[in-house]
Amino acid sequence: MSTLKRLIKRKIALFSFIVILLIVSAAIFAPLIAPYDPSKQFTEGLTLQGAPLPPSSQFPIGTDLLGRDLLSRLIYGARTSLFIGLLANGFAVVLGTFIGIVAGFLRGRTGSIIMRFTDLMMAFPALLLAITLAAIFSPSLFIVALVIAMVNWVQIARVIYTQTISISEKEFIEAARSLGATNSRILRKHILPHLAPIVMVWATLGISTTVLLEATLSFLGIGVRPPTPSWGNIIFENQTYFSSAPWLVFIPGFAIILLALAFNFLGDALRDELDPTQRGRR
Amino acid sequence: MKIYILRRLIQSFFILIGVTFITFLLLYILPADPARQIAGRSATPEAVANIRAQLGLDQPLFVQYWHYLINLFQGDFGRSYLQKTDVAELIQSRLTPTLILMFSAIFIELLFGLAAGIYSATKRGKTGDKSIMVLSFIGVSSPQFIAAILVLYIFAVKLHWFPIGGYGTFAHLVLPALTLGILGSGWYSRVMRSSMIDILRQDYIRTARAKGARENRVIFVHAFRNAVLPIVAMIGIDIGIFMSGIVVVESVFGWPGIGQLAWQAIQRVDIPIIMGVTLVSAIAIVIGNLVADLLAPFVDPRIKNS
Repeated sequence: MSTLKRLIKRKIALFSFIVILLIVSAAIFAPLIAPYDPSKQFTEGLTLQGAPLPPSSQFPIGTDLLGRDLLSRLIYGARTSLFIGLLANGFAVVLGTFIGIVAGFLRGRTGSIIMRFTDLMMAFPALLLAITLAAIFSPSLFIVALVIAMVNWVQIARVIYTQTISISEKEFIEAARSLGATNSRILRKHILPHLAPIVMVWATLGISTTVLLEATLSFLGIGVRPPTPSWGNIIFENQTYFSSAPWLVFIPGFAIILLALAFNFLGDALRDELDPTQRGRR
Repeated sequence: MKIYILRRLIQSFFILIGVTFITFLLLYILPADPARQIAGRSATPEAVANIRAQLGLDQPLFVQYWHYLINLFQGDFGRSYLQKTDVAELIQSRLTPTLILMFSAIFIELLFGLAAGIYSATKRGKTGDKSIMVLSFIGVSSPQFIAAILVLYIFAVKLHWFPIGGYGTFAHLVLPALTLGILGSGWYSRVMRSSMIDILRQDYIRTARAKGARENRVIFVHAFRNAVLPIVAMIGIDIGIFMSGIVVVESVFGWPGIGQLAWQAIQRVDIPIIMGVTLVSAIAIVIGNLVADLLAPFVDPRIKNS
């Protein structure tokens, strides 16, 4: 990889990091930034025919189908989307890493039973499973995050499993063992530090998956329920206006893609830097 | 080889049994009561209990599962609670549209994905390569519903090139297939690119070049056949991603396939249909992976020996 390319790669990573930072701060400081209360319905927020308003000086990116300020909803929606994305991914990473390490470290019968179970989970179409789960449990934000985590831990578990096995077969593990190190010491001091970069890469890439799943579930009307705004359900609520007021659909859509893209770019750059086996393949 | 095939077949069988059990468990703990749904709001408790007994919902979990499994082996997926039709029939009537959409989408994925991947690999580090890789990232980061609405807005609402939704003619197929295909090609192009780059570094490629083979021949004949191997394995995985995508894309475009069927059933809590579609999708995924694994030794004879 040439130095120039690395630099450009880093530039994309830097840019992604800035985008993520901006969205995160918008979410945190939503009450300060948002021009209006996201659930306030303005009487002047609709045309006389009852259609949403296009962007104007009062409503910078227009109003939604109920005459609410779209910008305010978008800013508050960032809270929901990020909260669920991070929470779901957190659950998935912790569960996946734990199961992957246990299966990889124990191996033998326990390990293979656990891995057969992940095979089973892989046979389910993820979204269909998430839809079924979301339809079964009446979703709160927490439940939506849990549902997304339930379909997303498998891949991380499999990656960590393979990595754990390959690390435990290295000579330095054998050396540590012959020096009398206990299993828990080997796990803590030798295996976990080597897994950390891989977990970090997958944790970053995973956020983009969970953000997209939340958006899709909310778009189908079974994720985050209105009036709580999330980027997915803003599109769900306003989709009937997509031909007359396309910004109602495409602005939140752009926000979703931007966030997912930023985490994907950042995760990919991290992988290049942290995972030596990937180096030079780009 | 024979042992390997046999082992994979048995493995797939057990995965399918596991799938039926998990689907069954999930839907068994469903809080919404189907008997009450069928009976309607004004039904007496006796009427509800009656329907429950009729459906076998009052029996223990394992007995219900056993009946379900036995029926399944006889091709009986149960009856829809609300539509009063055989689920197998419902799914069968929806299968053709989904298969048409699936094969068209996979064709577009391969066409765009392989072409973009090969182009990127040969122009490695240049502007063309970088733009394609950024585009493929955008494809991977875009949820299907946004792409679907965007495509619908541009090509149906604004340009009037294609109908806004529905089923029947080739024109109806274009937009849903394009939505699924373009997004999916992002993955293919990335895999194809890195595989091609690995292959182009091999000694035999240098030999071919040294012997004076033209660049096109080196890429499309010598390198392509080896570089395409990981793609074969991906098609199996892709069917899984695809089965998830059809629920969204079919409901946006009003495409009457099993994705739309599943979506309608989920809204009405019509359990046997949800179970049936999930099962059919899982079967498709398991078969897809099995075929990819079984094809691998024929595509790449090296696997046969190891």
